Amino acid sequence: MFDWVQNIISVIPPIVLMTVYMFVFVLVLFGCVAYVTLAERKVIGFMQVRIGPNRVGPKGFGQPIADALKLMFKEMILPNDADRFLFRIAPLLSMIPALAAWAVIPFADGWNFADINAGLLYLLAMTSLGVYGVVVAGWASNSKYALLGALRCAAQIVSYEIAMGFALVGVLMASGSLNLGDIINEQQGGILHWYWLPLFPLFITYLIAGVAETNRAPFDVVEGESEIVAGFHVEYSGMGFALFFLAEYANIILISALTALLFLGGWLSPFPESWFTVPYLGALLGHGPHMFIAKTCLFIFCFLWFRATFPRYRYDQIMRLGWKVLLPVTLIWIFVEGVLLYFQVSPWFD
Amino acid sequence: MKALFNVIKSFTLFELLKGMSLTGKRFTTKKFTVQYPEEKTPQSPRFRGLHALRRYPSGEERCIGCKLCEAVCPALAITIDSEEREDGSRRTTRYDIDLFKCVYCGFCEEACPVDAIVETRVFEYAFFERGQQVMTKDMLLEVGAKYEDQIASDRQVDAPYR
Repeated sequence: MFDWVQNIISVIPPIVLMTVYMFVFVLVLFGCVAYVTLAERKVIGFMQVRIGPNRVGPKGFGQPIADALKLMFKEMILPNDADRFLFRIAPLLSMIPALAAWAVIPFADGWNFADINAGLLYLLAMTSLGVYGVVVAGWASNSKYALLGALRCAAQIVSYEIAMGFALVGVLMASGSLNLGDIINEQQGGILHWYWLPLFPLFITYLIAGVAETNRAPFDVVEGESEIVAGFHVEYSGMGFALFFLAEYANIILISALTALLFLGGWLSPFPESWFTVPYLGALLGHGPHMFIAKTCLFIFCFLWFRATFPRYRYDQIMRLGWKVLLPVTLIWIFVEGVLLYFQVSPWFD
Repeated sequence: MKALFNVIKSFTLFELLKGMSLTGKRFTTKKFTVQYPEEKTPQSPRFRGLHALRRYPSGEERCIGCKLCEAVCPALAITIDSEEREDGSRRTTRYDIDLFKCVYCGFCEEACPVDAIVETRVFEYAFFERGQQVMTKDMLLEVGAKYEDQIASDRQVDAPYR
């Protein structure tokens, strides 16, 4: 039926095809980011027994488009004392890693842009790079609030990176591979085989560290409206601000997707295999990208839920949690996991 | 012992989960936001909104220029000038209310011996230029003529308590 499509695709040079795929993917991702902002306002509104935005378009679905248009047409103010080059490049520095990380994420078996063996390391590198955007923005703005925000951000992200890295080490030990596709294939065999169960403390640690990495509530001291106005992006307006905003939400989606991949079995279905042959519904219940997207949405919802529930941590509490609680927990669990691996405890490590 | 218990309790994230269960519950409760321009909250007959000057059914204006409202007004929002009319009765020549000064306390209405100055239920009004906030006698009478039915029925309802 789609022969002619395949014929056309086969004559296009792969590099052009890849570029088109990437372009389409980034557009879709931007759309998702826009609607995560709407979801955030709606979810938090609902949790506060409000309705949230509902005026622009049906049920408020035009709101993100209106916001985006507004930000595009606004002037981007360049402060007098700002470092012009760094000030302009900082939003890109925080946006690009959030997009680049998607290159290795598999939506289904083999459905990724780059199937590299060091996928997990690449992801760790990309999620760490995001901090440079914030630090550079804080420095280039030449404002005391921005600088304080950037300092806090640097300290916080560096601290939580370690706990996050150790949580990933746990995944690495369990799967024996850095390739994301292999990590998921190692989790096959139903909902109890996914790594969230044997690595439960690491799973929770990763989620908490992920919230801290994206500077989201309750770890949003970087923006700290009450003390440092808006932190690192206080001097940004218009498109520069929009890019930071996009980066923040792109990072939320990314961390949610990673949690789904590493601990909830990515594209694997939680249902028993006998259900896959049910007519019509079978494809929906089986493995596939829709499962991955559903799990990602679950974690995005958790991010919004956290923001609606928890008050902001004090700065020293954040540091204490990162260094004195999460780090020891991960280390202890890695040791426990080592013991489990040594004795090949089934069904996870046999 | 208690400290140990607290450490264990904090590691189970008990309090965090408790908080999340509360917000989770709120997520599904029915929202009672009033969608303002389409829906409106019920109003009391004693609602104090835009001012109006009333007339008797005969068409004669009620206000006799006694200036009790001007005297009682805590915000000094009312300005009245009065003089004798050809038939010998006292009537106002000027009755201005500055709506920016007015605090909508309703004292003018209470002070009025002839129920001339009243506050209506109208609350959706705006001014687009400076000076528009001063309601003159003609404007107040116009408001009164427009909403007379409701004004009269609201006074009727409240009459036993006054």
